[in-house]
Amino acid sequence: MAGSGKLHLRLDSDPLLIVQDLVVQYKVNRKSFVSAVAGISFDVLRGETLAIVGESGCGKSTLGKAIMQLPRPQGGTVVLDGVDITALDGNDLRDVRPKVQMIFQDAISSLDPRLQVKNIIDEPLKVWKKGTAAERSVKVDNLLNSVGLDPVVVRDRRAYEFSGGQCQRISIARAIALDPVLLVCDEPVSALDVSIQAQILNLLQDMKEKLGLTIIFISHDLAVVKAVSSRVLVMYLGKICEVASPDDLYARAAHPYSRALIAAVPIPNPDVIVKRISVDGEPPSPVNPPSGCRFRTRCASASERCATEEPQLQEVGLGHFVACHHPVTN
Amino acid sequence: MSEILKLSDFSVSFDTPRGDLHAVRGVDLSIAKGESIGIVGESGSGKTVLSRATMGLMPSTATCTGTVEFKGAVISNLSRAEVRKNWGTGMAMVFQDPMTSLNPVRRIGSQLMEALIVRLGMSKDQARARSVELLERVRIPDPYAAMKKYPGELSGGMRQRIVIAIAIACTPELLFADEPTTALDVTVQAQVLELLAELRQEFNMAMILVTHDLGVVAGQTDRVIVMYAGQIVEAASTTDLFRNMKMPYTEALMKSIPRMDQSSGQRLRVITGRLPDPTTPEPGCSFAPRCEYATDKCRTEKPPLVTTQTGHQYRCFFPIGGSL
Repeated sequence: MAGSGKLHLRLDSDPLLIVQDLVVQYKVNRKSFVSAVAGISFDVLRGETLAIVGESGCGKSTLGKAIMQLPRPQGGTVVLDGVDITALDGNDLRDVRPKVQMIFQDAISSLDPRLQVKNIIDEPLKVWKKGTAAERSVKVDNLLNSVGLDPVVVRDRRAYEFSGGQCQRISIARAIALDPVLLVCDEPVSALDVSIQAQILNLLQDMKEKLGLTIIFISHDLAVVKAVSSRVLVMYLGKICEVASPDDLYARAAHPYSRALIAAVPIPNPDVIVKRISVDGEPPSPVNPPSGCRFRTRCASASERCATEEPQLQEVGLGHFVACHHPVTN
Repeated sequence: MSEILKLSDFSVSFDTPRGDLHAVRGVDLSIAKGESIGIVGESGSGKTVLSRATMGLMPSTATCTGTVEFKGAVISNLSRAEVRKNWGTGMAMVFQDPMTSLNPVRRIGSQLMEALIVRLGMSKDQARARSVELLERVRIPDPYAAMKKYPGELSGGMRQRIVIAIAIACTPELLFADEPTTALDVTVQAQVLELLAELRQEFNMAMILVTHDLGVVAGQTDRVIVMYAGQIVEAASTTDLFRNMKMPYTEALMKSIPRMDQSSGQRLRVITGRLPDPTTPEPGCSFAPRCEYATDKCRTEKPPLVTTQTGHQYRCFFPIGGSL
């Protein structure tokens, strides 16, 4: 897989976010580093929903946080609305922060259980001095209404009294309080029941249309991704495997890893006999990644070339890019 | 068809400060040897409580009524010490969260050998040899090294394989798998489900697969039971259920799943509202407040569980496709 290259960037269409050569490293011990994100480039157009998919440990959450400069990436640039935020410091960076907000996987633990709901949503407004107490109170009620919660019922209750789905609604209200342009959603529905999951996905879609948001949607669930995204980026061990529109990806995935991911999704129909394209085992440790293509140790079509030469992204269809020496064709 | 497990009018309630919480209400269920059953429902539908109570894994605040027969003998009136004799050799359980179901401060080897020594009376050396075989069987790479590791040194998928190895160590006749793959990645989920299916065949083991994922159920089970608010609301063979859904709840659950075979960008169907409060049961059908087909009859009268000639059961006055 997984390789480098910038062929998939659409710099002439004025993207909202341009990430180039982003590297995030964590210290393992005194001598070695692990590159959780190993030189990734991508862009997100205004109003687009970019999905980032991959297994646990592929670096997708780290990538989401690095966009927000949490922690600061070790290399590369993140250009938001024409401003390179990796070059900003102190108050300049702080001024950019309200523009990018995040929703986390575990809604229950991302809210302070002892705070009243009105204070949870009011906090960002208060920190950024958005209006008087009375104005903020009206804004909190409007936000609660917009995420489908009744302010009269919920505003004085505390976060621990709510179910997972309701907590996720409160998180969304808090995230949109400062009118962000970009919303990073890190596995927002993977802790929820299917019935609640659909409600939250529809709510995100509504918010996006109403507020003109751009969304980065991080998930390991390909079926969910297909429902919500306009472009999908498949990641493996800190690198990009494939970039495509969801319909292209599901109809004709070119990367063996994307194919394996798609084949592993259980289909709720006993008459469909799934031809399993097996990937054995689990991803190797990113501390010591395989040479060349990082997916080669689990790939059925790996050759000698894959061990020596890192594949670069190449275009295999309109807006469909793959980093593989042996892309699969239908 | 010889039955391995039979529940009759089985109910579980918990004593809480707000009053009795009825988690499982009047469940009748029988499972044949070697059969694989899926229990599906939302969080709070009572599916986990049902499986744990059957095994006798309930805290003292729980009251179970009705009977549980295991291999023809009633076990629901036995003391905990006697019920325990069935654990491991008779029935075993794989829990949802492999991070917390292993003891973090004991080596994998000792956790595996424990069951073999206690239940099967093996010597330490025999147990060690058998443990290595079990680890090989669940495809742990380098089983000798794995025996000496602590759970924290292994990934979630590996840990779930260890939990499965412990569960099948004494070749149980009935395996409960409570959301065994919910905490895992899709690729690892596919591997673990495949492993469970193989083991089931190999040991002719009956399995109760508890899950909220209809996709997992479709590929793995012979029969499916749909639970809502502690009751069975629909039960049928897996193919019959998916082709010929009767219960509006099952249909709504099915429609809310994002599907890979649908084009992208479509709005998902939702089930509005949430499960009823288990301390104050609804006067009528428990799904009526969320049901798009509900009438006044549904809101005031409780629908009985109807069985069709083909063995398809449903609890609804106005089943989809009409009653038979």
